[in-house]
Amino acid sequence: MEENKLYTILVYSENFAGVLNQITAVFTRRQINIESLNVCASSTPGVHKYTITCYCSSEMVKMLKMQIEKRIDVLQARYYLDEDIFMLESSLLKISTPTMLENPEICRIVRHHGARIVEVNPTYSAVEKTGTTEEILSLFEALNALGVVRQFARSGRICITRGTREQLDDYLAQREKERHAED
Amino acid sequence: MAEKITGSEALMRALQYEGVKTIFGYPGGSIMPVYDALYDYTRGEKKAFDHILVRHEQGATHAAEGYARVSGQVGCAIVTSGPGATNTLTGVADAMLDSTPIVVIAGQVPISALGTDFFQEVDLVGVAQPISKWSYQIRHAEDVAWAVSRAFYIARSGRPGPVVLDFPKNAQTELVDFKPERVDFVRSYVPYPKLDADAVRAAAELINQSKKPLALVGQGVELGNAQDELQAFLEKADIPAGRTMLGLSALPSTHPLNVGMLGMHGNYAVNLKEQECDVLIAIGMRFSDRVTGSLKTYAKQAKVIHLDIDRSEINKNVKADVAVVGDCKESLPAITALLQKNDHREWRDSFKPLDEKERVKVIEPAIHPKEGPLLMGEVVNAVAEATQGDAVLVTDVGQNQLFATRYFKYPKRRSICISGGLGTMGYGMPAAIGATFGTPDRTVVCFMGDGGFQMCIEELGTIMEHQSPVKMILMNNNYLGNVRQWQDMFWNRRKSFTRMLNPCYELIAKGYGIPYSCVTERSELKDAVAKMLNTDGPYIMECAILEDDNVLPMTPPGKNVDDMLLEVKG
Repeated sequence: MEENKLYTILVYSENFAGVLNQITAVFTRRQINIESLNVCASSTPGVHKYTITCYCSSEMVKMLKMQIEKRIDVLQARYYLDEDIFMLESSLLKISTPTMLENPEICRIVRHHGARIVEVNPTYSAVEKTGTTEEILSLFEALNALGVVRQFARSGRICITRGTREQLDDYLAQREKERHAED
Repeated sequence: MAEKITGSEALMRALQYEGVKTIFGYPGGSIMPVYDALYDYTRGEKKAFDHILVRHEQGATHAAEGYARVSGQVGCAIVTSGPGATNTLTGVADAMLDSTPIVVIAGQVPISALGTDFFQEVDLVGVAQPISKWSYQIRHAEDVAWAVSRAFYIARSGRPGPVVLDFPKNAQTELVDFKPERVDFVRSYVPYPKLDADAVRAAAELINQSKKPLALVGQGVELGNAQDELQAFLEKADIPAGRTMLGLSALPSTHPLNVGMLGMHGNYAVNLKEQECDVLIAIGMRFSDRVTGSLKTYAKQAKVIHLDIDRSEINKNVKADVAVVGDCKESLPAITALLQKNDHREWRDSFKPLDEKERVKVIEPAIHPKEGPLLMGEVVNAVAEATQGDAVLVTDVGQNQLFATRYFKYPKRRSICISGGLGTMGYGMPAAIGATFGTPDRTVVCFMGDGGFQMCIEELGTIMEHQSPVKMILMNNNYLGNVRQWQDMFWNRRKSFTRMLNPCYELIAKGYGIPYSCVTERSELKDAVAKMLNTDGPYIMECAILEDDNVLPMTPPGKNVDDMLLEVKG
């Protein structure tokens, strides 16, 4: 049995209501857990970008890609291993300001992890950390060990591919050519 | 300046523009503006459609499926919101699995009321998405022309399938400057993938080197209208071909290269030969588990060539050595052009002893029994002989379907309506109604069991009202026969809830004013079939069938495709 690996699946779709539902349904049907999911407008107007991570086999990820791409309003789905992409995750941690002022260890941990304090007001302070999942969790665990983290939020993975070709652009250009060929 | 019309009338015009002639439907609160418009468009000078009032919304979708299957046109159903919409879902799922082009238009509560648990509100788009090719909510009248055209384009193009349009009431009553639209391009959707010349060449090379090629023909050939291209392909390289159940009429039964039906209850020789061929050429079929048996052992000795229009079918169940993605109307001639003429007589002849074994052990006893109660095989055979291959075969699901598909004959294309993938009991009667509208010049015969007959029995009302000439053959064995067969074979004969207490079907037929006869004796069968076929309009012929009639041969579920049983032991 092939071991499951963490795959990042990038999906581009038209901006219609309900496409996310259709994409997640492909995972739900097979009871595959989505590890993280990030959805936002892409750099191409009218096109939405989904960054999905999940653990599965290479056979399975191919099938997921095909079945996602089969949905009418999906433009493209591609999958990557970690070495094929440059990726980041963002996080915010909420800490009580009086606690932070009382305990210099907190600021030391924040600096040591390359995180930034992005908000300080009389009630709470916000620490922002961008990096890999492991780096973010390392910061969280260090601060949490002191019992000072009030809230912790992570963004889910975002990434850019390492390849030289911009495959969505290629696809859209090709389809534009075909549209005119059919006219 | 275009005139202002309501969204409902815009729907009528858009459907007219798509060439819709027949609508299967059922009115209700949230679709009343549409039905009001339909009133004008089904009579008088505006008449554009025949509206067939079904008796249950599930029937509307199956009728639309039957219509689509035999005519090649998109079937159309209109229903109301809530229960009307959810009742269509079985038909939508059925059409999805069997690649049948239908468009279901359902009323919806006004968009201002969405999400408030309004009376008869259901999130139809949400529930239909995973089981339809496309689902969309038409939120305003101005979207009608675009959405309807897009729906029909998506339903019929590429690998066809069901589309669901959710039509909130506000959009039905809003006024709009209607201009028809023709959608024939969707940038995120490539219905006809471009052929890869390398794949075509690789496929031809494999076939040219093959000593024992075997083709598996699926419904894709009919959907692509590539029946002639298929024959040219098979004949040039002399390739024997089995058909899937949905692909039965893609290649005439009488064609010398036709080696029968594939699958769990298919023909013996072709199932065994799948495990012996050196090249397996799958054409517009999806390697359903009902065809392959255990995938672990399936055709491991063979190189597999898979032709399909749907890229996601490639390597889904069976790994392809060569995948030719595209419309088989294009891919088959492209490969044929590179094929050498060939003669595989010896290979083809090797099927014959196995065919003979099946004929003696299974077929003859099934279609020409000498004694005992009537058997389903002989009833099907009698109808097949009497209709001489002109009829369209519709079946319900279960033993009736397996016997009917085995023993019916298919000299003409587009001659079969069955629920293949979903296995929907209750499909037969409404699908047969749809088929009579889709191909009014052909005889439509519909085989049903006593279970399935009762699952959409209300459609007898539709048949009565329209005098739809459905020749219904009710093969009554007082059992849910297929499940009973499995219980007998694999579950220690524990007949858990498969025995059926049946009503008097003669009285039911009488209630609907449908001519009826009952056949209990073998000697009466031929005359009874003739009487049924010679009676104008609908007819119910009930046959009293042996209770424990078993469908054979059979590959037990999960077993290897060549572990086919020719008899039930014990």
